[in-house]
Amino acid sequence: MPKRYHVPIVPAPARFRPVGKYGTVDWREDCSRCKNCVKLQCVYDVYRSEYAYNSDPSLPVEPPFDCRACLSCIQGCTKGLLSLSVNPEYLALGDDYWHPDMIAATWDQAETGRIPVSGAGYRGPFSGPGFDSIWTDMSEIVRPTRDGIHGREYINTSVDIGPKPTHLVFGPDGELGTARPILEVPVPVILDIPPWAPPSEAILSARIAAAAALGTLTVVRPSDAAAATPDQISSLAPLFEEPEFTQHESMLRGVRMVEIADGANTLSHSEQLHAINPDLVVCARVRLEPAATERVWSLYQGGIKVIHLCADTQGREIGAERPRFVKDVLREIHVRLIQEGVRDEVTLIASGGIALPEHVAKAIICGADLVAVGVPLMVALGCRVCPGDHNGSCPADIQSIDASYATQRMVNLMGAWHSQLIEVLGAMGIREVRRLRGEVGRAMFQEDLEREAFGDLGG
Amino acid sequence: MISAVEPKNARANNGRLPRTPQRPVEREVRPAPDRYRNPIGRYKVRRSADCRSCGLCVELCPHGVHQKPAGYSLTLRPRDYLCIGPACAETDHFCIERCPNHALSLARNPTADAIGDPRWTSDLILSTWHQAETGHAPAGGLEFQHGASGGGFDKLRFRFPEQPPVALDAGEIDTGLELNRRNDGRPRVHIDLPVYGGGMSFGSVSIHTMLARARAATAWNTFSCTGEGGYPERLEPYDDHMITQVATGLFGVREETIQRVRIVEFKYAQGAKPGLGGHLLGDKNTPDVARMRQAVAGNALFSPFPFHSVYSVEDHKKHLDWIKMTNPKALVSVKVSTPTDVDMVAVGSYFAGAHIIHLDGSYGGTGAAPDIAKKNIAMPIEYAVPKVHKFLVAEGIRDEVVLIASGGIRTAHDVLKAIALGADSVVVGTAELVALGCIRCGSCESGRGCARGIATTDPELMLQVDIDWGTQRLINLFAAWREQFVDVLRRFGMPSIAEFRGRTDCLYHLDYAKEGEAARA
Repeated sequence: MPKRYHVPIVPAPARFRPVGKYGTVDWREDCSRCKNCVKLQCVYDVYRSEYAYNSDPSLPVEPPFDCRACLSCIQGCTKGLLSLSVNPEYLALGDDYWHPDMIAATWDQAETGRIPVSGAGYRGPFSGPGFDSIWTDMSEIVRPTRDGIHGREYINTSVDIGPKPTHLVFGPDGELGTARPILEVPVPVILDIPPWAPPSEAILSARIAAAAALGTLTVVRPSDAAAATPDQISSLAPLFEEPEFTQHESMLRGVRMVEIADGANTLSHSEQLHAINPDLVVCARVRLEPAATERVWSLYQGGIKVIHLCADTQGREIGAERPRFVKDVLREIHVRLIQEGVRDEVTLIASGGIALPEHVAKAIICGADLVAVGVPLMVALGCRVCPGDHNGSCPADIQSIDASYATQRMVNLMGAWHSQLIEVLGAMGIREVRRLRGEVGRAMFQEDLEREAFGDLGG
Repeated sequence: MISAVEPKNARANNGRLPRTPQRPVEREVRPAPDRYRNPIGRYKVRRSADCRSCGLCVELCPHGVHQKPAGYSLTLRPRDYLCIGPACAETDHFCIERCPNHALSLARNPTADAIGDPRWTSDLILSTWHQAETGHAPAGGLEFQHGASGGGFDKLRFRFPEQPPVALDAGEIDTGLELNRRNDGRPRVHIDLPVYGGGMSFGSVSIHTMLARARAATAWNTFSCTGEGGYPERLEPYDDHMITQVATGLFGVREETIQRVRIVEFKYAQGAKPGLGGHLLGDKNTPDVARMRQAVAGNALFSPFPFHSVYSVEDHKKHLDWIKMTNPKALVSVKVSTPTDVDMVAVGSYFAGAHIIHLDGSYGGTGAAPDIAKKNIAMPIEYAVPKVHKFLVAEGIRDEVVLIASGGIRTAHDVLKAIALGADSVVVGTAELVALGCIRCGSCESGRGCARGIATTDPELMLQVDIDWGTQRLINLFAAWREQFVDVLRRFGMPSIAEFRGRTDCLYHLDYAKEGEAARA
């Protein structure tokens, strides 16, 4: 059996008490001390473990964080003294895009590395903006036209980054020409620079170590590349805002991919980089602006075959009056490249708004080859995605985090995402994530479903 | 019927096994109050130490919130779950105002505000409890018709005519349905409600829960389903109202369990985890469960996806033929999820010989499923039903097959909306569990299982649900639903629920409605 891709998951419990969703409120002055306390009968033993915590006089009394809101105590109390409430601190987590449930689920995955599983049906809104208006397909009866399921261990999540030649090229004397190498990453996710992070060497080192452990790449500023150990250099994808290539020549000879911030001189910068290291995969990092589709096409024509499209942190187009969501722009760019007949030569990396594992699959369905994530890595470390500029004091005290612990949290999160990607691919009967790219036939878009189902209900 | 004393392996009864005498269950609404000491209502009424127990509130309240039994010198703790809240202030019996000592206070119950979610709102949970307790829809205040998910059923409303075109008495309206339209010589199985119970295995739920469901199905002359966990002997007195499920793990499936029922269901996929198969965690695989499933106790049990014996419609037909040969009188139902080509799947199942095509939408219930699957994989039932209905009509086979919708049917109005979109009938699961006291905490799968004693095999926890009480709660729920079916059909002037099928002209969607209708909603 060939060697399987394996994510080294080790449980990494939260450093601080997580913010729980539920709390009980009671009016102790009415308590009859009936010795029949339902709190002691809690199926999950929450009160007993809380007691151990809350009996420390130096700590403030806190609500149970692992209460599952089964209401047994509330409905069973002899005098009906207890009520359930949703913890306001929980509701305050996150911003418009990152909802409290997403943050809590991400913490959980970073701790356990497991797929979140629960009983009862889906409990969220019917649909939502962005990725929440897409459903992925499943294959009812596995047919020969689909890959079939031959065991999840055979589902391949690798993708290629680099200029992919569509045909063989021969030299003037008939000898086989050489193409630039492409690089393969075993998961369709690279680790981006988080849009915010406290100044901490540990977080940078952790991100590099996590990328190395996962076998993928991480984008770093050139000045930060020194944080990598020699065996981690090949996991780096330095991002050059300025053409300071000569200062970093030795590092550029060790890395496999470089990102350059897109600008007027992108093409000449690419040439300079290839002059230093001809095997480099050069990726243009393009802001997802309304003109992005044209820009991708002109970059292709100039020879840039790997393009990283960056939406804002909530997955919106940048600089547009009415910004579209990244999924719509990706579809436009993907279709344009198909129309030009060059889609297979280009690698598109999408970032911005990738917050949940299903977003990876959905972005790929919309036309990306792979995605880059930043914010989820911070959430894995305990970040609460506070609204605002992130310059205040961090409630999760992330700057004090230990590097090896942070590495494990990031690895666990990506391990859980990898398992969930396999679940989604398995349900579709697809065996290879490369084949998911642009496969809108394996997804259902809400606008189409609404038109088909309810189009005749208007008048 | 053959005497029960015959040995079980005697191949009498036309080659079928001897039948256990069937036990009828009375279809009568009786009060079935909440089984907890403190039922939950929308409001809290508190009585302070200023109360002099004068008893005025007891006299005033028509809802029974205040009670002072004969011989008691003090008034009891208010039964505030019955309180209708601030709306009462408009009346002359508002206890809060009238109390001479100002000892009473009214507030929203924080617990009621903390439970629920957009699909099953707090109001839907409380109103389902109310219907299970009383057999009628809640009188005022609670929203019992739709949730707050912002799409699908929750955006659909009925387009009632100002006057019913035909004046009908409630007694003239037929809510029944025939489940065999194929004219293939098999029985024409009739159900009295366009609703039956979905598959929940022994193992995922307790035997008490299964029995309560089976008995309520018997009372309403409809069906309940075994799920994939074998056929417990205690269900045998209700064989005529059970469906044996055959799913991919084939747990507990034996010739005898196929032969004892009138409907056999093939589960190809489940809406909550389409394309993923099932998983019973080791903790819930108790010795009893393991015996029923012919497995080893304590081991996690997987139902793989898909049926590895079915890779084509031809294989599928072979599957159905196998059941039809094993039980020459059974109808065969095919339960599938809702992929993008669900219409083709339905047609394939029809040509393979299915009597019933059961679509399970993606927002359906489950004992355990990955959250990513519940949210993202396959389409909601609201989209699948019209898609399949229209396709079957176009193929000219719509009237030869029964189309059943499930996966997110929470209320009587959801049932009617699914039927108006093109289903013949629906299957429910979560609504039944909520009637039994489920709070949708989502912890069915962990440890000892359900803290409320429903979805558990823990010998201690399962005792919380009494079989007779549970049966009554479900009988009451269906009675309340039937009242609502009849009410809506009466307002449309339709004498039969079968007429309502596919009547999308009776619906409008809040997002696409004409201005007047949107305003009225």
